[in-house]
Amino acid sequence: MASYVFGRCFSALVTLFVVAAIIFVATEVLPGDVATAVLGRDATPKRLAALRAQLQLDRPASARYMDWLYAFVQGDWGYSLARPKQAILPLIGERVRNTLWLSGIAGVIGVLLSLLLGVVAGLKRNTWFDTLVSTLSLIGMSLPEFVIGSLLMLLFGVIWALLPAVTIVQPQATFTALFPSMILPAVTLVIVMVAYILRMVRSSVIDVAHSDYVQMAYLKGVPHRRVVWHHIIPNALIPTINAIALTVAWLIGGVVVVETVFNFPGIGRLLTSAVSDRDLPLVQALGLVGAVFYIGINIVADIATLWLTPRLRTQYWRVADE
Amino acid sequence: MNTPLLSVDNLTIGFPNTTSTVTPVVRDVSVHIAPGMRIGVVGESGCGKSTLAYALLGMIRGAGVRVHGTVTYAGAQLFDMPPAQLQHIRGAEIALVPQNAGQSLAPHRTVYAQIAEVLEIHQQLQGDAAWQRVVQLLADMRLRNPARIARRYPHQLSGGQQQRVALAMALAGQPKVLVLDEPTTGLDVTTQAQLLALLHALTNDTDMAMVLVSHDLGVIAQTCQQVMVMYAGEVVEMGDTADVFQQPHHPYTRGLIAAMPQLTATRLPYAMPGQMRRSATDQQCAFLDRCAFAQSVCATTAPTLEFVAHTRAVRCHHWQTVATHDDVDSTATPLLDRAPVGEGTPLLAVRQVSATYHQPDWRWWVRTPPQLVVAQVDITLTPGHTCAVVGESGSGKSTLARVITGLHQPAAGNVYLDETVLPATVTQRSQDARRRIQLIFQNPDLSLNPRHTVAELLYRPQAVFFGRTRAQALPHTISMLQQMRLDEQYLNRVPQQLSGGEKQRVAIARAFLADPDVVVCDEVVSALDVSVQASLLQLLVDIQRQRGTAYLFIAHDLAVVRAVAHTAIVLFAGHVCEQGATAEVFAVPHHPYTMQLLSAVLTVPRRTVQPQVNLPADDTTLTHGGCPFRQRCPIAIPHLCADVVPPWQQVAGSHTFRCHHPPDVLASLRDQFALPTT
Amino acid sequence: MSSSRPWLPHISLPTLIGIVLLAIHLIMAIGAPWLAPYPPNTIDTNNAFQAPSSQHVFGTDRYGRDILARVIYGGQVALVISLASAVLSVLLGGLIGVIVAYVGGIVDEITMRVIDAVISIPGILLLLVIVTGLGTGTPVIILAMVLSYMPGVIRVIRATVQEYVPRDFIVAARLRGERVSDIVWVELLPNILDVLCVEFAMRASWIVLSVSGLSFLGFGVNPPTPDWGLMVNENRAVLVLSPWGTIFPMIAVATLVVSLNVVSDEIAKVFGIDRGVRR
Repeated sequence: MASYVFGRCFSALVTLFVVAAIIFVATEVLPGDVATAVLGRDATPKRLAALRAQLQLDRPASARYMDWLYAFVQGDWGYSLARPKQAILPLIGERVRNTLWLSGIAGVIGVLLSLLLGVVAGLKRNTWFDTLVSTLSLIGMSLPEFVIGSLLMLLFGVIWALLPAVTIVQPQATFTALFPSMILPAVTLVIVMVAYILRMVRSSVIDVAHSDYVQMAYLKGVPHRRVVWHHIIPNALIPTINAIALTVAWLIGGVVVVETVFNFPGIGRLLTSAVSDRDLPLVQALGLVGAVFYIGINIVADIATLWLTPRLRTQYWRVADE
Repeated sequence: MNTPLLSVDNLTIGFPNTTSTVTPVVRDVSVHIAPGMRIGVVGESGCGKSTLAYALLGMIRGAGVRVHGTVTYAGAQLFDMPPAQLQHIRGAEIALVPQNAGQSLAPHRTVYAQIAEVLEIHQQLQGDAAWQRVVQLLADMRLRNPARIARRYPHQLSGGQQQRVALAMALAGQPKVLVLDEPTTGLDVTTQAQLLALLHALTNDTDMAMVLVSHDLGVIAQTCQQVMVMYAGEVVEMGDTADVFQQPHHPYTRGLIAAMPQLTATRLPYAMPGQMRRSATDQQCAFLDRCAFAQSVCATTAPTLEFVAHTRAVRCHHWQTVATHDDVDSTATPLLDRAPVGEGTPLLAVRQVSATYHQPDWRWWVRTPPQLVVAQVDITLTPGHTCAVVGESGSGKSTLARVITGLHQPAAGNVYLDETVLPATVTQRSQDARRRIQLIFQNPDLSLNPRHTVAELLYRPQAVFFGRTRAQALPHTISMLQQMRLDEQYLNRVPQQLSGGEKQRVAIARAFLADPDVVVCDEVVSALDVSVQASLLQLLVDIQRQRGTAYLFIAHDLAVVRAVAHTAIVLFAGHVCEQGATAEVFAVPHHPYTMQLLSAVLTVPRRTVQPQVNLPADDTTLTHGGCPFRQRCPIAIPHLCADVVPPWQQVAGSHTFRCHHPPDVLASLRDQFALPTT
Repeated sequence: MSSSRPWLPHISLPTLIGIVLLAIHLIMAIGAPWLAPYPPNTIDTNNAFQAPSSQHVFGTDRYGRDILARVIYGGQVALVISLASAVLSVLLGGLIGVIVAYVGGIVDEITMRVIDAVISIPGILLLLVIVTGLGTGTPVIILAMVLSYMPGVIRVIRATVQEYVPRDFIVAARLRGERVSDIVWVELLPNILDVLCVEFAMRASWIVLSVSGLSFLGFGVNPPTPDWGLMVNENRAVLVLSPWGTIFPMIAVATLVVSLNVVSDEIAKVFGIDRGVRR
């Protein structure tokens, strides 16, 4: 087991190294001069020269990549280009907190809700409840985040004016100050997330409910309720762990759009403004943060799946009596 | 006779089809099961026997519906019962052992947890008492180290062990009726023999009734007092097993028995023509188009199940003719003329071939030693002859086929064609060498491209080997199809639209369109029903006679081997145990393993003597050095067999074997085994 | 008769609605020059912020541009970008997937490492990173979509091919000594065609979502190109004053994605393929 975790973490590090390279290549090595790209065509030669010096553009890309990565690991994430004298790490720090609150709340509610609805829909297959839930989930996953967000904003923020339509508090605000502004974005994220996970849970429940071993449980005389709780649910939920991990990846992306819709002060909003400003160091840092988060979630999901699946667990874990 | 415990009355179960009618899979079946009765249900795939088995527990699988009829247990109708009441009967009164134990055991729970669940629900047994009982049950199944098995998950057990656990689980509720659905299908012959012996010991002299469903007449003959033969959803014959199998009254029963290859036979098994059609109308006999006894009345009136003796019933207008007609073998081909072995120049030769597999490990930094699966095997194949390679699963026989065809690079040794060394891999071989050695796979579902039509499937080898265009290939394709007893209608069908036997015929046609000298047949008939199997064996023998093709025939079924092979090689864990002319090896086996295999072969009618010699449990582990068979050998010599590789001994001519014991010791062992005599 | 053609699916009501919606979108996109009442980019500041009327059925935006015309032409933009991206992703991804699975070894190892890495950059983050490097505009959007959706196709196709390569019918082709190109083209392709179809339909709907999302953020096609996401972005500030500028493009994108999802679900069902989660 320990060696599996070790191996999995090692391969995650390799992946992360490649991720960093891709982000670096996409932002810096692409055609044209980075300094011109950042400052625009009508920049003065003096400013261009200054920026080239700051970014050390005279050095080869590979060397800059290694330096950048090394500094990154050391905690030196550099300075924002668009916001002079702003160190990236503290800039990101307070917004990461806000985004984690938002996506954490949405994630927990979304996962629980989709498990509940998915299991019930799967067990009550082809009833009106299943049809309703499946249709709503199809619609939910067909609506872009900005559509759901805008509609919610229009209804609850403007027409009924129950909640703040856009966030007007500062990024440094406390949780209680931020909370009212968090509700609508969170609901938006929950809707799209539930639509995806629910479908997976439902089809997984249906698969397991039709398996030979569930049929065997009924033939052993196991009561229906016990079959559901002891046989169907444990086996149906294992494959959903990875689906949840994948959807969390989507959550990171969806947060960008939702935060923009509601002007919520998180890393998503920061990222869109960084992209508009062509603030390379900030975009690179945010991209890497997102990838680290995603890879971390996936490691947890893989280990959880392994731990919960006897077939895999025994394969990676030498049985004591052998 | 006792009052029936479980009664099935006029039960009809069907599946709704596209034209909003119901296709019946079980038609008007009635059977009464009394305490202590052991009844077998036999028939080929699709005859409805499995559907009937599940109906005995009040369950209809899939989209099936009960059209009419009842299943009654102790006065209560199972299909009308509320679930809360039914669950007290299932597992406690009537229990099932499913066909595929591996998939029917829940993957996320230990063996203990699954058996204990039955104890908890039906006997309110928990904690320590449940543990003791589970271990006891597993011990009753003659599993070695039951406490260890109880803590395992299903995937950690072998097929035989899984089946025993399923049996223990069924018996945990101390049922009055035990239903077994194909309990030994997919197991090796020796494992099957052990399981049947166990079943016999468990059910003999008890009040528990047993219903055993199987496609294998031998299994039924071995375990059941009574038998019910099903065809196209109907019971066509029932009665005492010995009576039915000795003097069948229905042409189908007769055909099934004749289609079984026999170890002692002097003929090829008899092939039944045609194939089962499920949607025959009520106005005619369902067996009509396959029946040699059919008259005009059979096409206009469906026969009814008629009681011809106290416990004997048959569904045939002409059962009296059938019963007294005893010339079953008149149309069958006599067993192959046995040309002397070793004559003629060797066509294909395998010399000292060893093969290994490297077990991939997820821990890529760990180097695991390769596993030996084939050890120093020699085979010589002469034109027009069939050499069989016999062994259980894991004996390395399929790897041998892969080595010969160039799919697996041997670790040592060479394959020779016309006394020249063939390159080890198929890509290195010449196009002509590839053409001359053809392989027919076990499962045509996998070996035929599901998206290609028959015409395209049969065109590919012609394009590759002879450079024919589609137009040039067509006449060859059609004449080959005709040789396979298929016709032009099949050209535009895809494999999905063919029956199992037809698919395998197409696969055989594809091999012969390359005009090969050697055909490697890897378990080509083992997935097929006996009647289809018989016709394919017939076909293979006919082609061999016409073309003089040499066959390397890989099989686990000794009776099939006896029917088609001139010479046989018995393989255990990759090592050759015994080899020689089939007739001699099977008549006077010298290696203890050959004896075990032969004694495990089931026959109809059943042999009177049970295999008495101990067959150790089936967790064989491959051992290095010494005799590979020593762990399962009843007469292993403690140190000698573990340390010293046994020498080759010659019986007569080419009949040789590998054992430390002198022939007289082996002869007395042979007497202990109840071997079928020629 | 349906019984004589078992492959012809029985069409349910939701599926029918989906197919009709998709057909309407296709007709609108193809027939845009004839169906649109005005050119999409004609500025008419005298008629800014008009409510829906017989003159302007969907009203006008802040520059007095006809919203119906822009919605119709927006469909053209959305369909061209997403179909082009989906076709390129599936074709290139399919090709690479087959090659990687068939060649195996170190090529496979390296490719899969890179793909794992690309997939580890969550959705829109990767798009934004690419946009930062390359700027905006239609060709960049298509490139970004292909780069972010192709890895998923490669993964799926590679897994499918790997499942088929050890099958006996491929082994039989190898035993005949068929060329690798023949094995892929004649034996393999007919079997993975269904997976490719499902991948295409699925990715097309995701790409429509991503494109509109990216345009909404302001990093999609360049103004004044009529694009649904961009229209929502432009008219969002006046959501209360003139909601039609936001509502109609939102309805358009939602109906297109719903129809694509329904159709791809149906294709998957016909082929008996389990639709996975996003990516």
